Order: sequence, then structure tokens, then C-alpha cells
Amino acid sequence: MKVIQIDKSELDAGLEKLESEFRLIGPVKEKDYHLFTTLTPGQKPDLEYINTRLSARSILYPQSEVMFEFSLDKNDENYAVLKEPQKDRQPTAVIGIRPCDADAYEVVRRNFDTPEYKDPYWLKNYESTTLVGLACSKPCPTCFCTSAVSGPFSEKNVDILLVDNGDHYLARLVTEKGEKLAESAGWNRPAENADETIEKMKLDAESKIKSEVATDNLASQALIDLYEAEAAIWEPEAFACINCGTCTHACPTCWCFDVQDETYGKAGFRMRNWDSCMYPLFTVHASGHNPRGTKIARIRQRFMHKLKYYVDKYEKGIQCTGCGRCVRLCPVNIDIRRICNKMNSYDPETCSCAVTS
Amino acid sequence: MTSYTDKIREISKRLLKEGKVDMVIGFTKGSVPMMNQPMFARNQNDVDGFAWDGNCGINLANYVTGRSEKIGIVAKGCDSRNLAVHIVENKIKRDQLYIIGVPCTGMVDRHKLTASVGGEIEAIEEDAAGKTVTISGNDFSETVDRVDVLQENCALCMHRNPVIYDELIAEEVPEQTEESVDRYEAVRKVEEMSPEEKWAYFDDLFSDCIRCYACRNACPLCYCPTCFVDESKPQWVGKSIDPSDIRIFHFLRAYHCAGRCTDCGACVRSCPMGINVRALTKKLEKDSLEYFGWEAGLTTEQRPPLDTYKPDDPEQFIK
Repeated sequence: MKVIQIDKSELDAGLEKLESEFRLIGPVKEKDYHLFTTLTPGQKPDLEYINTRLSARSILYPQSEVMFEFSLDKNDENYAVLKEPQKDRQPTAVIGIRPCDADAYEVVRRNFDTPEYKDPYWLKNYESTTLVGLACSKPCPTCFCTSAVSGPFSEKNVDILLVDNGDHYLARLVTEKGEKLAESAGWNRPAENADETIEKMKLDAESKIKSEVATDNLASQALIDLYEAEAAIWEPEAFACINCGTCTHACPTCWCFDVQDETYGKAGFRMRNWDSCMYPLFTVHASGHNPRGTKIARIRQRFMHKLKYYVDKYEKGIQCTGCGRCVRLCPVNIDIRRICNKMNSYDPETCSCAVTS
Repeated sequence: MTSYTDKIREISKRLLKEGKVDMVIGFTKGSVPMMNQPMFARNQNDVDGFAWDGNCGINLANYVTGRSEKIGIVAKGCDSRNLAVHIVENKIKRDQLYIIGVPCTGMVDRHKLTASVGGEIEAIEEDAAGKTVTISGNDFSETVDRVDVLQENCALCMHRNPVIYDELIAEEVPEQTEESVDRYEAVRKVEEMSPEEKWAYFDDLFSDCIRCYACRNACPLCYCPTCFVDESKPQWVGKSIDPSDIRIFHFLRAYHCAGRCTDCGACVRSCPMGINVRALTKKLEKDSLEYFGWEAGLTTEQRPPLDTYKPDDPEQFIK
């Protein structure tokens, strides 16, 4: 794969060239934290950032998204007809997405792009987006990407991977899309001995990851054993949980949504909003019955989904890229690393976990 | 804080050994800094998990709601006040509780500390005298005065010592007074704003809200079987991140807490976005005090003013 060198001093000029062809999205500091935002002409992404407070999920999959519009006016020729609104799907480039967030798109795609079902909203956004990743040379203490399905230099799902090398970036052009973007930006100076340098920096970054999860037994554990491990896993973990949606809303790989109709006067909108399996309303039936009516059932669902059902269904590891956001943000310290290690080490004979923290 | 920790473990062990309680609820050290976790112990072997330091800002009264056991509960000033509210509101019986009172000098503000450094905080240490806090991580280490990094509600707290308890783990700490802190300074600033300024202020205040409901769920007062935002028949509030729906949620929730809120700060501490939702409840606390001479959670004998009617209730605010 081709690697080019982009001097930091020439990055801005390249981004400016891209502005005519792409909507640019990048990390920007607002108030005290970084978030992804559409860059206004001339606005530059802050590539010195560590990571955004919330994940990059909303770039392709907004928290609230209008799917259809309709009219409640009986005199309107479009009365009660669902119409797809015009959407801005111009080519988009995300500048500086971290590998954990980019790899999360690959995870989410397994759900939104299947032979039976293709989510048009997510897929159209995904297809019109070029991902310019930014490798992590200084991982955080709660990052555990290397033992989840990502890594600080993972290039599985980026089109270009930028590696910060002092006064310049080494940019590996991973896909054709990435090559085209580099060409549009006028970045074309070949880098020398870059593969070697990147490999060295990658190993260095990986060695700085202090936190990990054990996942080797998850697939071979019997589903029903883990489900029934109430005393060893679910009861103690559920006790502190307040059943808020912090973990699911911060997560780059959560994909559940709820469809709602809203009206303003005679104008109607069918929209989808992120939902959370932590909420009691998530599974409540029209009859009023709730199959997951208790906190313990809901917390079990979240972790069984990410660490067992997904593992069994797709055979591609866990539904987690190890970004650490839920670990950092959970107000009562429900730590997915601890739960994963408990599930992985659970012994149904003794109904206990070899690893409890 | 080691002596607090030791004392909590010692009392818990004794209570469980003597069979005085079925379980003790307290805090254990979190797996990440500043995030201690509520935990329970049902037998004597588990009490070594208990810990105490300046990161116990979650309100433990939230964990006894509707329970049927006999419970030993670790309670700082605000937790004890919320236990009193719970008792008045019939969410728990006084004789079900053995309250292990913790005189409190305030909890450290995790949002303030996180925002003050560029990277992730890997460790936090408080000195034995309780004067300083040291935070460290990749490439940084910083020591600050503890009083400068307290949660705002703690800096303004008038009831640091438990109001009701069965046993105190240490000598009472000195209380702050109206003379030593101006607890409604921030509220007055908002009161003095023009309608346009207020609109802009609240617009900005809630602009980061992601509707995760951590504020509501961390609040011991929010025990409704179904919250109004979760009602679907009829549906009172939209589910999107439309600013008007977000405001309705926050304003209505705050009003539901009027005269009941103890300003424990669990809502702000829990918010992943660090939104100061106390801006609303502090105003209602001020109104309760000014109109009714009422502070929530100081007695188990009297229902809160907005919960009752008296012929001589003040009514000058009805226009």
C-alpha cells in the first residue's frame, strides 16, 4: 500500500482544496471537550485531540433522523402519504477519526447491511463518506482496543490512515477512495521507509495499551449458562446500575433505534431515534407486558448482546472496539472489561467466575 | 480517609455479625478514578470491599427505594436527608434502616478535574489531612487544593453532617453557614437576567443533553413507576433531541423535585455531558426556603410544602 508524506504545514492547504469536493467533518473542541462537527469553510480539525467525548456514531447515524414526511391535511394531495425528504448526501470526508470509531462502523455494518435487509439511511451515508483515520500514539489508560476488535493503528475500516510523525504525517492510502481523496488534496509526495517507521510506531502504541479483556472462551461458553449466571455476574453488576442510557449513547457500536411519528400542526414526520436497551420502554409490548421488566434483565441483555449473542451470530469477535467511553462515563462504574472477564471465566460447574475484577 | 474506610468496614461487619441488618449498602473503589461504585454486602466477608474517599458522590438513598430488607446504609449529610425524604414519602420505613452516618467535607468534582487536564486521569490521591488532591495520567501530575475542586453543591452545602443516623463513624465536621457561603449567588444571577438572556442561558445549558436520563435515574426522588417521559399512552413528550422536548423533560423533572431536592448533586455528577442541571433545582430550593421556610430532608415528621395544603400557605407568587 502506498504511503505518502504530508507536512503538517501543508495539511491545511490540502483540506482547503477538499472543501470544494467534500463536506468535511472533524474533531473540534467545544466548551471543554472534543466533538465531531461539520467544518465551516476555513475551519480546521484539531488533530492533536485525544478522542471525542461521544463516539463518531452520529456522523453516519444521527441520534434523531427524519425518515419520512407526511401531511395530515385532507385537502393536501399528499395527505397521509409517506414521502422521503430531500437529504444532503454530498460526498463527505471525516478527517482524523480514531481507528476504534472507524472499526465500529464495520461492526454496525454487519447489522445494517445484510443480504436480507439493507438500511438505506446508514448505508447511503456510509457509501458517501471517506474516512481519514488518525492513528493513536498515546492511548488512554481505559483504552482496550487491542483485545477488542480494533487497535491504535488499525486500518481495517479507514480509507487513509494518518500517522503523526512529528512535523509531518505519514499517510497510508488504504483504499481507492483514500487514494482519490489524497489526489484531490494534492498530497502525493511518496514517503521513504514509511512501512518500517509505521510498524515500529504501531508496536510502540500497542505496548502502551495497559488495559485488556479476555474473550477467548466467550464463543465456547454455553449461552444458557451465561444467561443464568445471576448470582455470579448479573445480580452484583445490576445492583449499582441506575439503568440510564449513558453507556449505549456513548457507544460507537450500539445500533438500536425506535421509530416515532411526530406532528407539528398538519405536518407529520416519521423519525427514528437512538433507543437504549437500558430503558424499561425498550421492550414493553402493546399489551403492557414487558419481557425485560427488571434492571437485571436489561443489564444482562446489554452485555449478552455485545459479548455473547453477537459473538455467536457473526463469529467476528465482540461487539466492542475498546474505545473505553462507557468505562469512563458510566456514573456508577459498570465496567464492560470486568463483565467481559467475568463472562469469559465463568464456570457453570461451580457457578463462579475465576476473574472477578 | 483510611480511618473512615476502616470504621465503615468495622461497623458493617458488626451489624452483619449481630444480625442487626440483612445487608449493608456503601461504596467500593471504582475501576477508574473518581467513579466509586455503590455496593452491598450481605455477609461479613464482603465488607472489605467498602471504601470511602472524595469520590462517593452518588446518593445511596436511591438504592433503598422499595426494598424490604433490613438495611445498614452508609450516609453522608445529603444521603441522610434523602433517607428522611424517603421515610416521609413512604419509600422505606425508618426501622428498616440502620444509618451509618458519615460527616462529609464534600466530594470532588469529576467534571471539573477532567476538563482541567488534557488527557485521561489515571489516578487520584487525597492527602491524609484532606487538604489536597493529586491527579495524574500520561505525561501529567497536578496537585490542587481540595476546596477548589469540590462539586459546587458540596462547596455550598449547609448540612455536611448526617441529619438522621444511628451511629456516626467520626466526629462531626464544622458546618458552613449563610455567613461563610453565598449559596444562591448563581441563582440570583439568572433571576436578574432579562427574558432573552434567560432563554439564551437555558438554551446553552441544555444544548449538550443526549437524553440518557442519567440525571433522573441517579436521583433518589425519581422513583415514579413510569416517568412522564416514558409514558406512551398518551405520549406527553417527543423522543427526539428536539430542544423543546429536552427542555420539557428537564423543567418538569425539576418541578417534580421542588421542596424535595436536597441538592446532593448526584444528577450533575452522573451526567456524562457535565450539564449543570442543578441550575433548576437550586432555584426551587431557594424558593422553598424563601416562601415556606423549608429545607428538604431535615425531618421525618413533616411532608414537604408542595405536598400539603394549609390555609395560611403563602400565595404572593400567584399572579
